[in-house]
Amino acid sequence: MGCSCNCLDKEKLFNSGILVEHSTGAVLPPKEAWEKKKGGYAVIECPKRIPCNPCYTSCPTGAVLPFADINDTPEIDYEKCTGCGICVSRCPGLACFVIDLTYSDDKAVIKLPYELIPLPQKGALVKCLDRTGKEAACGEVIAVTEPSKDRTYVVSVVIPKALADDIRAIKVVC
Amino acid sequence: MKKTFETDLLVIGGGAAGLCAAAEAAGAGANVTVIESDLHPGGQLVKQTHKFFGSRDEYAGTRGYKIAEILLDEIKSLGDKVDIRCNSTVTGYYPEDGVFTVMKGEDEYYRIKAKKAVMATGAQERMIPFTNNDLPGVYGAGAVQTLMNVYGVVPGKKVIMVGAGNIGLIVSYQLAQAGVEVAAVVEAMPKIGGYWVHAAKIRRLGIPILLRHTVVEATGDKVLDGAVIQELDDKFQLIGEPVKVDCDIICMAVGLTPTTELFWQAGCKMQFVPQLCGYVPFRDKTMRTSCPDMWVAGDASGIEEASAAMVEGRIAGHSAAAALGLKTDAKKFDEYWTRLDHLRAGEVGEKILAGIGQVLVSGWEA
Ligand SMILES: Cc1cc2nc3c(=O)[nH]c(=O)nc-3n(C[C@H](O)[C@H](O)[C@H](O)COP(=O)(O)OP(=O)(O)OC[C@H]3O[C@@H](n4cnc5c(N)ncnc54)[C@H](O)[C@@H]3O)c2cc1C
Ligand code: SF4
Ligand code: SF4
Repeated sequence: MGCSCNCLDKEKLFNSGILVEHSTGAVLPPKEAWEKKKGGYAVIECPKRIPCNPCYTSCPTGAVLPFADINDTPEIDYEKCTGCGICVSRCPGLACFVIDLTYSDDKAVIKLPYELIPLPQKGALVKCLDRTGKEAACGEVIAVTEPSKDRTYVVSVVIPKALADDIRAIKVVC
Repeated sequence: MKKTFETDLLVIGGGAAGLCAAAEAAGAGANVTVIESDLHPGGQLVKQTHKFFGSRDEYAGTRGYKIAEILLDEIKSLGDKVDIRCNSTVTGYYPEDGVFTVMKGEDEYYRIKAKKAVMATGAQERMIPFTNNDLPGVYGAGAVQTLMNVYGVVPGKKVIMVGAGNIGLIVSYQLAQAGVEVAAVVEAMPKIGGYWVHAAKIRRLGIPILLRHTVVEATGDKVLDGAVIQELDDKFQLIGEPVKVDCDIICMAVGLTPTTELFWQAGCKMQFVPQLCGYVPFRDKTMRTSCPDMWVAGDASGIEEASAAMVEGRIAGHSAAAALGLKTDAKKFDEYWTRLDHLRAGEVGEKILAGIGQVLVSGWEA
């Protein structure tokens, strides 16, 4: 589409819903611990203050720190995060992911929320999309669950480890 | 002349706010009649297939239509205290004798006399002017949602969404879920008006959000076949070249205005408050208007969220029940206000609070 704006402008990108740098409410786990953590850590991308807190109230281990005010942005205590993915299925903003960097030398697993059709099956190859919807890689689905039985599925996809901070969605190609 | 129907508490509008007002008042023992224009109760909630924000008290993480079911279950559990009459519209109010007139369906017309009334009439969608904006294919977001999510009808193949507030963002997401291609969301402001996370979730599906852009023309002979969009400068003047995008729907999500005709008819003291998106009635902390037997709740009191609309409904129902002489728990009233304060503590809340400050009175003269 003929968009004449300067799309490399970071502020403009962020103002239209694309995370351009990690900031409060949208931070990456500490690198060293993350690389060793089987099961992965939660990666939340919710940088703006909004009246919402299911990530905190649904986390079974207390890893999402208590909100003093319902408008607070989420903060994680990685010592407590098990990578269970409950927050992935509960967040109404679809802003919670779990990323496990221990899958193999060069592959990671991302657990992402999915509410589209068709629902991919285990074993399917899917297109992996970055934060702008651009295809960044092809990935294999290794699990599909519905933790809260409310039609928000959690899909686990094997992705290139180098793209762990890029891939945030999938597209099922039939 | 037909007999006038009588009720203790009349609730006008069976949306989030009205259902909560009815449940709260009936819980305190009031006999309540809810009049709802639509064929079913729930208001906007029944169209909302996405999960709501908020806290547990406002059913955060629950899909909107499920929240409507929860509220209706609560009402059902109160026995026959609440009579919900759908397909019925309150068409007028006559302050001289305190009578409301109601149209049921197309031809049945009757009168209601109520001791107290909670008016929770919600909001109306706005439109913006552009060439050919009356072509079939130009829809309001509410219509698109009703078609898709209530009747299961896909409205078209490719859409241009106008407005990146929460409604534009979430309806874009719902269109994508239904398999409709969203060519772009155009937004006149330099940043999205809705929640950032809503925007992020459509961006990662590849839906562009064009800030500082608007629709200038709809094209097509008898039906829409395209939209002409154009960039705006910081004074909202058109700049750059107009670009034609092929599409069969233009969906307008450019804001809501409180529905307040009945308040005007009743002679309630009103004021235009930009932050609340239109004319709204003055109210005290109990949501009572300057007409002592009338309360306001929800979007009719200022455009906000369902979460706030529900709490306001509780407050209005609580207070109307007390005014009917029923015993109510004063602690609940404080608790509801604490919840509202929490909901309004963020960035969006600042604007709402500034608006409410202009129409909130500390108490009405007896
Ligand atoms: C697309 C969209 C997405 C939204 N997403 C969210 C969200 O994620 N979270 C959130 O908290 N909020 C959300 N909202 C906002 C929320 O839906 C509204 O704030 C809420 O529904 C307001 O409740 P209400 O009862 O005031 O109005 P409504 O739900 O609009 O109910 C008003 C009712 O009154 C009826 N009525 C009006 N006039 C009359 C009359 N004269 N006689 C009889 N009946 C009458 C109408 O038919 C309607 O059913 C969204 C809204 C939209 C449109
Ligand atoms: S992954 Fe599980 S433990 Fe970690 S923050 Fe989410 S809900 Fe809590
Ligand atoms: S539940 Fe999701 S949208 Fe809500 S505060 Fe937590 S991360 Fe943000």
